[in-house]
Amino acid sequence: MKHRVLLLTLTLATGACVPPSAHNTGVYLLVDTSGSYNRQMSKAEQIILFALSRLQSSDSIAVARIDTASFTERNIIAKATFDDRPTTANQQKRAFAGRVESFVDQATPAPYTDITGGLLQAIEFLNEKQTARKEILIFSDMKEDLAKGYVRDIPLDFKGFDVVALNVTKLRSDNFDPRQYLARLEEWRVRVEKSGGHWRVINDLDRLDGLL
Amino acid sequence: MSMTSLLTITPWPAISAVILLVLLVAALYFARSTAHQAIHAACGALARGLRLASHSVTHAQQHLAARNRAVLLAAGREAKERVVEREFARVGDTVRKDLAGYPEMHRRLSGAILRIEEDQEKAVEVPPDAPGWAQAVGVVAKLDARNAGAEILADIHKSMVKAHSEAMRDYRKASAERHALLRQMMPDWRLIQQTLGRVNKSVESVIERSLAIDRHMADYETIVRGENHAVAVLSSSSIVYFFISALVLAVATAGAAINFTLIARPMAEMVGGTNFIGAFRTADIAALVIIMVEISMGLFLMESLRITRLFPVIGTLTDKMRVRMIVITFAILLMMASIEAGLAYMRELLLQDELATNALLRSDSTGSIVNQHLWITTAAQMGMGFVLPFALVFVAIPLETFVHSLRTVVGLTGIAILRALALILRVLGNAVRQLGVLAQRIYDLPLFMPLWLEARMATAARLVKDVPGPREVEPWQEARL
Repeated sequence: MKHRVLLLTLTLATGACVPPSAHNTGVYLLVDTSGSYNRQMSKAEQIILFALSRLQSSDSIAVARIDTASFTERNIIAKATFDDRPTTANQQKRAFAGRVESFVDQATPAPYTDITGGLLQAIEFLNEKQTARKEILIFSDMKEDLAKGYVRDIPLDFKGFDVVALNVTKLRSDNFDPRQYLARLEEWRVRVEKSGGHWRVINDLDRLDGLL
Repeated sequence: MSMTSLLTITPWPAISAVILLVLLVAALYFARSTAHQAIHAACGALARGLRLASHSVTHAQQHLAARNRAVLLAAGREAKERVVEREFARVGDTVRKDLAGYPEMHRRLSGAILRIEEDQEKAVEVPPDAPGWAQAVGVVAKLDARNAGAEILADIHKSMVKAHSEAMRDYRKASAERHALLRQMMPDWRLIQQTLGRVNKSVESVIERSLAIDRHMADYETIVRGENHAVAVLSSSSIVYFFISALVLAVATAGAAINFTLIARPMAEMVGGTNFIGAFRTADIAALVIIMVEISMGLFLMESLRITRLFPVIGTLTDKMRVRMIVITFAILLMMASIEAGLAYMRELLLQDELATNALLRSDSTGSIVNQHLWITTAAQMGMGFVLPFALVFVAIPLETFVHSLRTVVGLTGIAILRALALILRVLGNAVRQLGVLAQRIYDLPLFMPLWLEARMATAARLVKDVPGPREVEPWQEARL
């Protein structure tokens, strides 16, 4: 603490000359609502609340669902940029948690899974927020299933983004051939890292300490 | 040209090597004098340079020592002047207090003495009446009258007995009155004794103070004379004061850190929690500024009270202005302390709010349970927030001691460093000179053969030269011969 006070004192003389830099975090959480994955909603809520508890004032968060067409603002369930003042930020968190709870209760399964569209939307949202740290959390089995007519073969710019796949469940087909599961994850990893992003997978939801 | 090609100047490498060695030795031998001069000149120049640097550093060290001595004596003189001044002020207070009460004391003593005199006069013993009946009884006894004398004597006896009893009664009464008067004198005696005791105490106090002043004046004189003993004592005291004040300042810094912790979090509610100046949050800097302002106000308060003398301008202000400063700085401090108490309370509220929110987000029902004894920690935080600013006021005292002793300690450290540097430079200079001699000897090492031959030839030449001829004999040798 003494060192901190001393450093603060020294900084007072020089710090004012340094241009202010952003220290906030932006989180965009994509929740897969397609097919059988819709049953995992309670786990999704758990992760959202965890993320909320880790965020501070001036941080931004948005929760969006992945369904047939995810590249739209209508898919955003709730979004917030927390106030400077801690008490107001806490009130915002409570309100956000309430909206998430109502979404989880009313979520309906979608026939298709447009992960790329959701990612595009996430990149756009976080770039607009201009946060110092950008985290995209994907709560999905990472199996993209596009409806006819949707073009998603487009380059994604993940520079400065951390992309975390959460609770990537194994499909029935993965059990027959685990290579499909591994190939699916590898494909996403390559896609993210080639675009300049950082890729991680967290399947154990009891160990979310490394998240955020 | 490589070594291999050099060895091929003759068909036999060994012979080539020998020839080369001889040539090398010859070259070294002929260049010996020049090489020795070069080595001597280089090492001498370096040694002289180092010695010069050593002298310069020694001179700087002596200058610094003289300066440090002057500073130390000036500081000691000032400190002693303050002590003597304070002692004189105490003596003055004592004398003023006693002299102010002297008329009253004199009046009481005079009154007591007057009362005692009056009582003493009243208590003078009245001698009993001289017996007047003895001669009358003798005359009656000599009368030649039958039975007439006996009757008269009986009457006289009766009258005498009556007079005696009356006299005894009067005497007892007078004695009782005298005793009562003597009893009345007792409080006056005690009053006189107590008053004189107080006077004695005051006089003893003044004598004690005068002895202390004598002692301080003796120290002051040694300082004014600039004696080494005084300088040594002052140096030792400065080092002790330096470490003690540093320790107290460290404790005060810890107190300031606790204070900072108390108000940093709630400051985020006032100035925002995410604004940064440089790498630090504005809320942290604001909290630090508040603490710094409190310490500054404490310094001004201590200066205005003339407890410390860091700012001569404040010390030379008029008393009226100083009193105003005392009131203003104390009011600001009180305001700051109240603000801190409020912030400490706010901190507790924020903590509770954050705990409740986190409990909600964790779906933890225990987070919403209100602790029954929460008011204790809240009150303690508020109390600390209110008290710490006033406690930090007293930082001014160790700070002043630290600043004053730091000057001496830095001077002493500088002297020690310069002295060590001068010694190192002198040792290096000597080492360089000796290295030059060593280098000359090492140069001569491969030349041992020609040098040996040269020495032999020189000896032989001296022997030839030393054989005295007829013309070369000295006059004194002639005399001996």
